[in-house]
Amino acid sequence: MSKLKEVFENKKAFIPFIVADDPDFDTTVESVVTLAENGADIVELGIPFSDPVADGPVIQDADLRAFKAGVNTDVVFDIVKKIRERTDVPLVFLTYLNIAFKYGYEEFCTKCQSLGVLGLVIPDLSLEEQGELKGIANSHDVDIIPLVAPTSGDRIEAIAESSTGFIYMVSSLGVTGVREDFSKQLSTTVDRIKKVTDVPVAIGFGIHSPEQAEELSGFSDGIIIGSAVVKMIDEGKPTLQNDLANFAQGIKQAITVKA
Amino acid sequence: MMKEMQKETTDSTHYGEFGGQYIPETLMTELNNVAKAYDKYKDDPDFNKELHDLLNNYANRPSLLYYAEKMTKDLGGAKVYLKREDLNHTGAHKINNVIGQALLAKRMGKTRLIAETGAGQHGVATATIAALFGMECEVFMGKMDTERQKLNVYRMQLLGAKVHPVTSGSMVLKDAVNAALQEWTTRIDDTFYVMGSAVGPYPFPRMVHDFQSVISKEAKAQILEAEGKLPDAVVACVGGGSNAIGSFANFIDDKDVKLYGAEAAGKGVDTDQTAATVERGTTGVFHGMKSLFLQDKFGQIDKVYSISAGLDYPGVGPEHAQLAELKRAKYVGITDDEAVNAFEYIAKTEGIVAAIESCHALAYVMKLAPTMNKDQIIICTLSGRGDKDVASIAKYRGVDIDE
Repeated sequence: MSKLKEVFENKKAFIPFIVADDPDFDTTVESVVTLAENGADIVELGIPFSDPVADGPVIQDADLRAFKAGVNTDVVFDIVKKIRERTDVPLVFLTYLNIAFKYGYEEFCTKCQSLGVLGLVIPDLSLEEQGELKGIANSHDVDIIPLVAPTSGDRIEAIAESSTGFIYMVSSLGVTGVREDFSKQLSTTVDRIKKVTDVPVAIGFGIHSPEQAEELSGFSDGIIIGSAVVKMIDEGKPTLQNDLANFAQGIKQAITVKA
Repeated sequence: MMKEMQKETTDSTHYGEFGGQYIPETLMTELNNVAKAYDKYKDDPDFNKELHDLLNNYANRPSLLYYAEKMTKDLGGAKVYLKREDLNHTGAHKINNVIGQALLAKRMGKTRLIAETGAGQHGVATATIAALFGMECEVFMGKMDTERQKLNVYRMQLLGAKVHPVTSGSMVLKDAVNAALQEWTTRIDDTFYVMGSAVGPYPFPRMVHDFQSVISKEAKAQILEAEGKLPDAVVACVGGGSNAIGSFANFIDDKDVKLYGAEAAGKGVDTDQTAATVERGTTGVFHGMKSLFLQDKFGQIDKVYSISAGLDYPGVGPEHAQLAELKRAKYVGITDDEAVNAFEYIAKTEGIVAAIESCHALAYVMKLAPTMNKDQIIICTLSGRGDKDVASIAKYRGVDIDE
């Protein structure tokens, strides 16, 4: 069984996201350790791409800070090596397909496997094209985490059926316009997914408070929080690690209560 | 299940290993809706009747195939024919594709068109058809391009479009595509993304190929009429590659017709200020397609450079990547200097002010024609007119003109 799927057993998972090397190597290592020690069940690490079309301005700015620090794929693997000296927290990468493609799928997945990177979230890898990577990734015990969007419609079942690890459900359309019936539509989609697979569903995009996390975890298996965490890193306060710890504990508590 | 997922590399959405649909899930349903609608209407008699009516009676088709006699004599080799897409309404080949895609948008019940633009020609064409169809129009254009193509920005505004200067990245065509894709993600219901070049995820490269192939369909009939035989070579400029694929399309199966794509080499193919994608690029995945891209060894997309805002793109359409791989077409780099020389040459020799993009193709013709025999024929596509470039060419030559 997928190690990622095991993470979700008997609990709701909290999955924070940060961009690797934002604003520098040491801060990323420190932040992942802090999040892991304060309730994060999986940490999602972004490998920056020059043209992140699926990301909003907060993540785009974080990518720019990482590029300024000299990030590239090898640096990210070095960051993970350093993280592994201090925590075994399950890690997944979020990146664009060209990063893995240029590295070579085989070599990329081999490194992921050796460093305990258990999954890949790749926004521009559609269900239609995932065959070229999925077989290689799976042979290295790396799951391809598919995204389900509010616009997925008839595609939901096909995506769910082919998924392993967990499913990343995008909570809102694009970057703006969180709708009133937001939760209702999301829970209907989760129901449809549950009919065809027992792979866990985590919801992400635009979640920033413990209240939202609690509400959404009521009908899903986990919560992904990106921008809110990245913003704290951007602010760069001396109390950053303390703030991250408090934030992570707050979210973890909110989604643990009734689990 | 895995078997179903693993696609054959060559199918309707791919060109060999190139092409495909590498796009966020948020857009996949809509992209497939566009593909389904295109499949439904592409052979529909009513759709085609309306398309041809607009091409002929609104866009001024068929465009001339003009025998450039003075240029031919001066170059002293092959006979040079110019396919005059610059004489189309709005002044470039872009209108051919926009009419097709906008008609499809209308059939799909869309009321708003969005587009990216480099030199502004595609933006102007989209704004034009939006005005004609009574549709809303928003155009995304790199901020740097809005500055070097001010005239086209105002033309778009005059036509009722809203122009968004894009300030991310290097502020050119690539960044305009990013912004247009993001805008599409946030508003799908009433919006159609009119892709301007033969790039992006399927079905865009296919649609652009089909709508632009009118260029070579006409050219083939015209050259047979004029000379009683096929040309020996076809030359067109390549950024994303829409006028080139349209110019090549009906000659691809005629193996004796050599196909040449002139890429923008900027300050030189071997410098870091270039946009010569086929010569310098490597395979990658970007803007929804697998194709050739200028990128670093980690897959970060390069900043590119050319004097031409329309060729200033780090990738190329997937069908061109395949034609290059199969060696069916040859892609050659033309520098800024060579293109500007051609700009001045065609103006003085033939009395035609051609777009700086098209002058990349002309510059190659100036090299190629003298190496060929007098009974051989070259067709060169003049993809657009050069009024928009006059100010920047003057600047390039250090001439101060009051705008």
